[in-house]
Amino acid sequence: METPILEMRQITKEFPGVRALDNVTFSVKRGEIHCLVGENGAGKSTLMKVLSGVYPYGTYSGEILIDGQPQRFSGIADSERAGIGIIYQELALVPEMTVYENIFLGHEINRNGLIDWNETIHRADAMLRKVRLTVNPATKVRDLGVGKQQLVEIAKVLSRNVKILILDEPTAALNEDDSENLLNLLRELRDHGVTCILISHKLKEVLSIADTVTVLRDGKTVCTLDAHKGEVSEQALIRNMVGREITNIYPPRSHRPGADPMLALRNWTVYAPELGRYILRDVNIEVRRGEIVGLAGLMGAGRTELALSMFGNAPGYRISGELWLKGKQRWFRHPQEAIAAGMAYVSEDRKAKGLVLIQDVRQNITLANLRALARNGIIDRNAEIQVAEEYRRSLNIKTPTIEQQVVNLSGGNQQKVCLGKWLFVRPDVLILDEPTRGIDVGAKYEIYQLMNRLVEDGMSILMISSELPEVLGMSDRVYVVSGGRIKGELPIEVASQEKIMELAVDY
Amino acid sequence: MATQAMFLKNLQRTLGQNIRQYGMFIALFVIMIIFSITTNGIFISSRNLSNLINQTGYIAVLAVGMTLVIVIRHIDLSVGFLAGFLGAVAAIALRFWDLPTIVVVPMVLVMGGLAGLLTALPVAELKIPSFVASLAGWLIYRGALQLVTAGTGTIIIEDETFNAIGNGFIPDLPVTLIPGYHTLTLLLGAIAIGAFIFSEIRSRNKKLAYNFEVLPADMFALKLIFISTLIGLLAWIMAGYNGLSWTMVIVLVVVAIYHFITTQTVLGRHIYAVGGNPEAAELSGISVKRITYIVFASMGMLAALSGILFASRLRSATTTAGTLFELDAIAAAYIGGVSAAGGVGNVIGSIIGALVYVSLTSGMNLMGIDIAYQYIVRGLVLVAAVIFDVTTRRRGRAG
Repeated sequence: METPILEMRQITKEFPGVRALDNVTFSVKRGEIHCLVGENGAGKSTLMKVLSGVYPYGTYSGEILIDGQPQRFSGIADSERAGIGIIYQELALVPEMTVYENIFLGHEINRNGLIDWNETIHRADAMLRKVRLTVNPATKVRDLGVGKQQLVEIAKVLSRNVKILILDEPTAALNEDDSENLLNLLRELRDHGVTCILISHKLKEVLSIADTVTVLRDGKTVCTLDAHKGEVSEQALIRNMVGREITNIYPPRSHRPGADPMLALRNWTVYAPELGRYILRDVNIEVRRGEIVGLAGLMGAGRTELALSMFGNAPGYRISGELWLKGKQRWFRHPQEAIAAGMAYVSEDRKAKGLVLIQDVRQNITLANLRALARNGIIDRNAEIQVAEEYRRSLNIKTPTIEQQVVNLSGGNQQKVCLGKWLFVRPDVLILDEPTRGIDVGAKYEIYQLMNRLVEDGMSILMISSELPEVLGMSDRVYVVSGGRIKGELPIEVASQEKIMELAVDY
Repeated sequence: MATQAMFLKNLQRTLGQNIRQYGMFIALFVIMIIFSITTNGIFISSRNLSNLINQTGYIAVLAVGMTLVIVIRHIDLSVGFLAGFLGAVAAIALRFWDLPTIVVVPMVLVMGGLAGLLTALPVAELKIPSFVASLAGWLIYRGALQLVTAGTGTIIIEDETFNAIGNGFIPDLPVTLIPGYHTLTLLLGAIAIGAFIFSEIRSRNKKLAYNFEVLPADMFALKLIFISTLIGLLAWIMAGYNGLSWTMVIVLVVVAIYHFITTQTVLGRHIYAVGGNPEAAELSGISVKRITYIVFASMGMLAALSGILFASRLRSATTTAGTLFELDAIAAAYIGGVSAAGGVGNVIGSIIGALVYVSLTSGMNLMGIDIAYQYIVRGLVLVAAVIFDVTTRRRGRAG
């Protein structure tokens, strides 16, 4: 049998408290398109970062072989030299530079430091033909659409004599035509001998293009399937992607959702003029009193944008449709108005968007509702301390004092501070965006208990989550989003990991 | 012996934990002692210190406003010439329009506030960097200042009420407590010490009631004695030379108001939250735009006050008034511990920073040091203060 062009053997990579990759084995044949699939957090991106040298040799255990030769990359430059080219989801182009400048950025064609522009443009032209992009190489990248920028990026990587081209979700931001073009290009490159590794959430894409598929789950290789032997099918992929054991880590529930809708969206559509595409289209959802509604979907499906657009924080977007809150049609221009009307949104990114890290627990908890503690704009310090102490106790926030800067707390306790802040605005509808991301099991359980307590008291919760067991364990009803549309609504009795994943990968 | 060892240990620990907070006070103290020695005591004389504080006035009020601007991650370069321009407007209003001081001062303050809103407009609405927006203001107000003083050159102000703002002193009581000393100033000093001790004890008791960490009793006493002595000394020195000046009263009032707003009010908390994490603040229902307008408007108003203080001090408006004020104010704020990363810094620190900055100038002038060396020393002090600040902050976080 021919030596594989790439072999990764027994790769294990640990972060503090998490084993992101656990004995992963991954083998790619010369000249094939190899797709890597798995849920959010399955370890796909981490594996590619190990391969490209972002995590240098020594920070992981295991072996990387290219053409049978062991490799020890201490940085991206090493992996590039070995013939690995990677294209990330976020494009790495300089918008203000021209296409040809971008293609040779960092590898300028020069003699003694002087750039040979004629040769640069000449070769850039050839690269552009190779990726079938007909634009003037002197065009600024800023003036190209996302699809064309993607092709420039590929031209850039190809100009460095890559043997293995890695693409991380290349079609996530593309419309259908551009996606189809890109896939055709990949087929062509394969036929010219370039090996491709493609990470994708879109199973249809995977089915149409893959020669081989490797499925990762929870940092482990689940299986490698050969398309030419007929092993690859949608059912087979979904089964292997999800099949996670649901251990009983969810508190028992005793609540019964009411019938009256607290929050409803009618034909909610969000358009991003800058990107020239729809973020959300014709979304119709409903959250009833005392109900936990799960909003499942993969990353980039538009879940966070849905929450933010409802909450009055959607700068630069054009929104149409109706938002009904507690039986009244509303429209929020700023989160301030949404909060005043009884909504709260706990961000998925607590450090960047949830907390003021350099301030203490007390200041963070009261931030969104300081006016309730003030008379004539002057804060009643005693009342503030009491409120903060109350939430510290009821949420079991582990901190020496409420005067501790939140930057010093653990992830779970930071999340509890975020929750405390939003509970203090006393909302009727609480939107939780990945409420348990990156926190330990104990704190997770406490947050689940809290959610149950809140809905028993009549609050309504919309929970955005990428963790299917969490969605299934906590929700009364589940919506699945994909490509900015609601792909289905599942009562909890019929929902399963397979069913949700089937809808989530349906583009 | 044991109690003494304990005291020293407490002292070491307290200083170690609060080095950032007390560092500026200590630096100011050290600078003053050094200059007192090198100038054979002239520096510490009542007359010199009184002058020094009056000279600090127009930089100090700018530094207070600049602190908040830097806290919300912006900068305002326009305030120097804005102060100069508005000082000239005040002079023209007094001299040529014959308006009384009582009308001119509020009018100019309002104009300053409006100018601040104007600077904030492109920053808040179009996200134009404040460096650029305020640089445009710097150019515009410089031109405006030259324009309004073009016909007349320096405008002499003859209004004595107005000139008293920068040169006058508060009246004395008809009684004499200590011959040669200003009685009311001494009295105010005593009241300030009493109020300080009272509020410190009250706040400590409150913290104790909540089981919060407080200073050990001996350290607390030391702090009370130290700061009371400082206040007392200040009052004593001022009382030895004409008493409190109106400039000082104005600066104290401004500091008191801003200290109160930043520490006790919703608005103050919102300003620091916007500085600490604008995205989190926005999602928490705070309008970052509104805060930007408010902070720049306050900056503009304080620039107007600075212009009034300066024009009044010189009893005239000159064609170059306000030159480099903005950079002095920025330097004072940074020496006082404000952080460009946003969300950190307080007005008391910036006032101390301004005092450090002006003390350096005054002391070196008395020593007859060449202006060229003065700039170099000021530069070194600025960079030393910022390095000290950054390293102690890092250590504070690690610990």
